[in-house]
Amino acid sequence: MGQTIAEKIFAAHLRDEPFPGTRVLDLDRVLCHEITTPVAIADLQWRGKDRVFDPDKIKAVIDHVTPAKDSKTAIQAKMLRDWARRHELKDFFDVGRNGVCHAIFPEKGFIRPGFTVIMGDSHTCTHGAFGAFAAGVGTTDLEVGILKGVCAFREPKTIRINLNGQLPEGVYAKDVILFVIGQLGVNGATDRVIEFHGPVIEAMSMESRMTLCNMAIEAGGTCGICPPDAVTVDYLWPFIAEEFTDRDAALADYSRWLPDADAEYDKVLDFDLSALQPHVTFDYKPDCVKPVKEMAGTRVDQVYIGSCTNGRIEDLRVAAGILKGRRIADSVRGIVSPATPQIFRQAMDEGIMDVFMDAGFCVTNPTCGACLGMSNGVLAEGEVCASTTNRNFNGRMGKGGMVHLMSPATAAATAVTGVITDARALLKETAA
Amino acid sequence: MSRKQFGGPALLLDRSDINTDEIIPAKYLTEVTKEALRPYMLEDLKLEGFDPASAEAREARVVVSRENFGCGSSREHAPWVFEVNGVHTIIAESYARIFRQNMFNGGMLAIELSRQDIDRIFDLRRLGAVEVRVDVDAQRVVASAAGHELGFDFEVSPFDKALVKAGGWVEFADARY
Ligand code: SF4
Repeated sequence: MGQTIAEKIFAAHLRDEPFPGTRVLDLDRVLCHEITTPVAIADLQWRGKDRVFDPDKIKAVIDHVTPAKDSKTAIQAKMLRDWARRHELKDFFDVGRNGVCHAIFPEKGFIRPGFTVIMGDSHTCTHGAFGAFAAGVGTTDLEVGILKGVCAFREPKTIRINLNGQLPEGVYAKDVILFVIGQLGVNGATDRVIEFHGPVIEAMSMESRMTLCNMAIEAGGTCGICPPDAVTVDYLWPFIAEEFTDRDAALADYSRWLPDADAEYDKVLDFDLSALQPHVTFDYKPDCVKPVKEMAGTRVDQVYIGSCTNGRIEDLRVAAGILKGRRIADSVRGIVSPATPQIFRQAMDEGIMDVFMDAGFCVTNPTCGACLGMSNGVLAEGEVCASTTNRNFNGRMGKGGMVHLMSPATAAATAVTGVITDARALLKETAA
Repeated sequence: MSRKQFGGPALLLDRSDINTDEIIPAKYLTEVTKEALRPYMLEDLKLEGFDPASAEAREARVVVSRENFGCGSSREHAPWVFEVNGVHTIIAESYARIFRQNMFNGGMLAIELSRQDIDRIFDLRRLGAVEVRVDVDAQRVVASAAGHELGFDFEVSPFDKALVKAGGWVEFADARY
């Protein structure tokens, strides 16, 4: 019987099978941030087990609330910082060099096809864009990962989603994943890996693939995985040039992770996306999605462009393309958070930050910030935010606030008009 | 580590997709001890008539709910806020993967019953306050109200059962790997 991508990765990393159906895997990466890791550190200390399995495979960043906003967040940052130094972690990103975890770790080339990755963060599924098995876990799993370099999973079942056709202009990876979540439902992929295939994926950049895989968890999925291909190799080339004679050799090596032709899937879904519309969420669950035109005219108070979903350079470029020569509505507060310092600098070099500032946006340092309602743009009761993030739960960006999830294009167009707007109308104006 | 107490007065939450932000809002994630979370259990739960400060909520030792319980973030603060409030057992139709594993990793129970069984527990409420007893070894749950009893067998994977017995995954893993 053939194997899926996840099954191949599981087979290659199997350390133990303590009970039928439970697979304990060796980990290639254990990723850490300052919200979920300090509790694990404190517990390890309390147990007299303040050790790390491998300081090169554990990577850490302060990203959720940074620079610290108060004494409590300062303590969290300090606990992570002291721990990273104490154990001489090879890669630790502190203020000034830090960015959103699921943006900065891939950007540094830490994620490779076939890797096993865990992090105490549900959006760890993002890293599956590289053909890796990457799963969000709780603090206890993280703790064992740090100490022993292993994590237990159930046997992976995989849903294969074939994304066929070609995306229309003005429709992006975010629209695709919102649509897919709408089709699957918030628990449609629970305990499942989602493998994405098809021409829509093949045509996507790594940034777009990360946007897609980022939200697998919003359908309950353990991980979203894209098959590694030439796009993956090109993205990783600066980091792997020493390992391979040329890109073809890298591609050939990574191809061993591709699913077998006779792989068995739990379910196979086909979607033709040639006529896909831009999508947006309503209500408090990420599977409550509608085409933008059905929500057009909904008033918003704040527009947020950033996060591990859509804070990458490609996203900022798209938004700036719409904002150029325009100003945001007086009734709206615009906030943009480039996801990493490298993205920030690139955006400055390309004049994108000028566009945002000329349009009236506030530019923040790279951080999760408003995405989880902890800093840099928390909503007041009754306020509405148009956001490029991934979660619209009740209270997510501030108690009593409403969040509409959308692509950077839709968010930018919405900032200009002050109401939810299909960006394609503005793009047409620009062209005319 | 000592085994936790399972069973006691039940809090019935008749809604699907109760997420981790509702169980413990993100603004409390700046706490670095479990104890500090105690006052905030289910603070942002959107459910008609639910009051997180009510005696029913504060005295609960078991939570009974519907589908996809604990969806959303990976924060183990969600099981912890239950743990420090003495709720060591959740019974639901289904769970989000990370939440379910977090419960077992902490040596607690996330029991799955069918929709029909959950319906019958909800029906009991008409008779009065619902109590739940759990026998982990026998894999059996007994729910009762006003002297009326209903029994249900449940499935738990051998691994998850071993975690409950060992007192959690850190102990289990450290002894074995
Ligand atoms: S940007 Fe938002 S979703 Fe992403 S890691 Fe940060 S808080 Fe989580």
